[in-house]
Amino acid sequence: MKSIFQRLFAKKAGKAAPVYGNAATAPLHEDRAWDLIATENSGKFSHLISGSALHPGQRRDNNEDALLCLNAALGGAHAQPFGLYAVADGMGGHRNGELASEMAVRALGSHLMGKLYKSLFGPDPQPAQESLRELMETAVQEAHRAVKKAAPGGGCTLTAALVVGGQMAIAHLGDSRAYAVYRDGRIEALTTDHSLVKRLQEMGQLTEEEAAIHPQKSVLYRALGQGATAQADIFTSSLPSQGFLLICSDGLWGVLSEDDIQRIVNSTSSPFLACHHLVEAANAAGGPDNISVVLVRAVS
Amino acid sequence: MLDRYEVQEIVGIGGMGAVYRARDKNFKAIRLVAVKEMISQVTDAVVRRNIFQIFEREANILATLRHPTIPRIYDYFTVGERAYLVLEFVNGKNLEQLLSETRTFFPEEQLLSWAIELCDVLEYLHQHKPEPIIFRDIKPSNVMNTLQNHISLVDFGIAKVFESGQKNTMVGTQGYSPPDQYRGEATPRVDIYALGATLHHLLTLRDPQLEPPFSFGERLISSINPNVSKEFAAVVERALEYKPEDRYESAAEMKEALINVARKTGTLLNLSVPTAGTSARGVGVKPLWAFACEDELRGSGTYHDGTLFIGCYDNNLYALDAAKGEFKWKYATDAGIPGKPSVSEGNVYFGSEDKRLHVVSAHSGKVVWTLYTDGPVRSSPRIAEGHVFIGSDDGYLHAANSANGRLAWKVEAGSPIRSTPFISSEYVYFGAEAGDFTCVDFRGDVRWRFKAKRAITSSPVVADGVVYFASMDSTLYALDANSGWVVWRFRLGKGSISTPALAGTLLYTGAADHIIYCIDVRSAKEMWRYTTDHQVTGSPTLHRGAVYCGSVDGNLYCLDATSGRLRWRFQTDGPITGTPVAHEDLVFIGSNDKKVYAFLA
Repeated sequence: MKSIFQRLFAKKAGKAAPVYGNAATAPLHEDRAWDLIATENSGKFSHLISGSALHPGQRRDNNEDALLCLNAALGGAHAQPFGLYAVADGMGGHRNGELASEMAVRALGSHLMGKLYKSLFGPDPQPAQESLRELMETAVQEAHRAVKKAAPGGGCTLTAALVVGGQMAIAHLGDSRAYAVYRDGRIEALTTDHSLVKRLQEMGQLTEEEAAIHPQKSVLYRALGQGATAQADIFTSSLPSQGFLLICSDGLWGVLSEDDIQRIVNSTSSPFLACHHLVEAANAAGGPDNISVVLVRAVS
Repeated sequence: MLDRYEVQEIVGIGGMGAVYRARDKNFKAIRLVAVKEMISQVTDAVVRRNIFQIFEREANILATLRHPTIPRIYDYFTVGERAYLVLEFVNGKNLEQLLSETRTFFPEEQLLSWAIELCDVLEYLHQHKPEPIIFRDIKPSNVMNTLQNHISLVDFGIAKVFESGQKNTMVGTQGYSPPDQYRGEATPRVDIYALGATLHHLLTLRDPQLEPPFSFGERLISSINPNVSKEFAAVVERALEYKPEDRYESAAEMKEALINVARKTGTLLNLSVPTAGTSARGVGVKPLWAFACEDELRGSGTYHDGTLFIGCYDNNLYALDAAKGEFKWKYATDAGIPGKPSVSEGNVYFGSEDKRLHVVSAHSGKVVWTLYTDGPVRSSPRIAEGHVFIGSDDGYLHAANSANGRLAWKVEAGSPIRSTPFISSEYVYFGAEAGDFTCVDFRGDVRWRFKAKRAITSSPVVADGVVYFASMDSTLYALDANSGWVVWRFRLGKGSISTPALAGTLLYTGAADHIIYCIDVRSAKEMWRYTTDHQVTGSPTLHRGAVYCGSVDGNLYCLDATSGRLRWRFQTDGPITGTPVAHEDLVFIGSNDKKVYAFLA
């Protein structure tokens, strides 16, 4: 399986021109990035660098994925690294799927930026009244309401991270994923898919190989826009030190192994380049689905 | 009423009145009662009489009942338009609240133990003499889970004395009530079905009120929650049979079936219900040694190199041989010693209410230097980078050279500092009595401040970039250590001055609501709680997979750190307000009974 995949990867990667999707972040110069990374040890981060990429893939002409990648680098005595990242993958039919993921990301962003506006841009910046966890909880419910209203019957996955200082709150629904990717080659899934197949796998009813080709691979038991309230997993944790936070849709993790993802992420110091290499690799592997990826790291 | 019962809080509001938690002032000891008030705003005389009759019937039924899971009735009276029922106060949450809070399935063993208790109380009601009592409205909101993790059946409003052969009007709750109840029947099998429906809801987290009636057969438990054992699911599904004759004949029969499930799946062994066996455990625990001082020990000890150092309200700091409990030396200050000593470079550092930080030789107890502050010192010292940091009731955090006591700087907090500073990555963190929490760097410059609603006496703990502390405002806080942003808040039942202890991703703390909490720091969710008989003001200590924690009830508790189950406890003759100290095979604790105890860990 893997060798077939690698052959595919090698062949296509050789031919295809680099795919840059529709993201427009300027890549950080390689030398500059290494400088930043070299000084990251104190645990007190001063800012975040990130990259993102979004691509419809090879087999679909519409894009049901939506993505949010926001960094604020505000200098000054009270400056705190701030970032908001999200990937949503629409489902439930052509039009509503697209609309659901777009509305989810917009509503999440709008709610959080509204809540955090004063803390970030006010003349006397103070931490927000609500905790990161509470902010995320209400943002998910806002996104849920927005999806239900704009795209009734539709739904989407949502995996989002709100980063302030050295901490992040992650909200997760569905089968997009967040990973911590470390420089030493470790890769750790931070979220658990809310998919039936994953559930069966956890219960020992399916092997990883069987799960990968199961016909009901994409059936979710939790999603945004479905049910009375959104039942998101929400947790807080410190940002991966010596590594990246990666958020992606199943268009990426469905075709690349964790080890492939890890190698590509660690092959360059630039999150921007890494994201585009990941998209290229997923397309080279057939690109059966829309591909979204966000990559973040903290530097001092 | 209203002279005798002092209302403390509204605990619930319903369509026709409210339930209050009140204190019965006829008793000197604090006795809490639930006062159920019914206000009739109905003008129609017949309807009104009917409503009062239902209320009165509840009172009359309750008056004849005596069972541990049924609240006792103390009084019933009317005042004008209002009727009152005074009941035993059941402290806890109803299962509907628990259902709305949970995001994961309840553990099977938990539900099994509740189910057995519910069968037990139904058996009692159904066998009531002279006539059986049919509860007729078993559902999650009528079942309380007490703080002791038992079940209590509340709201006997529509319970009915069974008169065989008689058809009654339909009452009950859609979703939980069986088809036969809609036909007006009130038999024991009605309660068995509703218990089945309640258990189905708890096992699957699917609310039957949102589903088509009697559709449990289409929602097999195993298809929703595959963790449930086949045997347990089979019992619940039999209780939910459409035809009454296919269900269990009696609650006793169903209880028997549940006990068999527990035996077969082995869960009975793990039932976390405190049974006679559990509370009897710990009786055999004896201290390795006990050392008597001349006054209360309110603070905590420190172990260093074979010696236990502990301060006492007889004004002395004691040095005891840790293995044998023998006296080595004592050092007298001019007032009580509340905190926890620190040992560094052969010296012991500790504060005293005589306003001084004392530094004495660990070996001989001879004074090395002292530092005066302008208030009693109830904070404990921390030593780092050649400096000692300590708070004082004078409202300052003092930083002094640890070798000679020369003051390097002091930072004003605006109110007494009784919290012990924590030092991490060149930052010093401490709380103050007005609710301020401050982060300063090693130069004494304030990096950030945070304000809680009430005092922060609890001492902070920093791990993985997050600072954790509790406050008297009944909140446990997690703040980003670099910015002071709140990462999450966890609501405690009451205020806390206990210092959290962290092991992996689990955080442990005590509170004035008598509870020792275990919280997962990633999800900010409670993993377990253990209820003691009084306030928990001291802090938990983690050692070899166990939590050691004292309570004002006088016990030192040893709990399993992952499950919260009691391993043993030891009753001292006075409140315990300090924090246990553990070293290898030994655990030490001071009590207000004036003794220091050592136990085998």
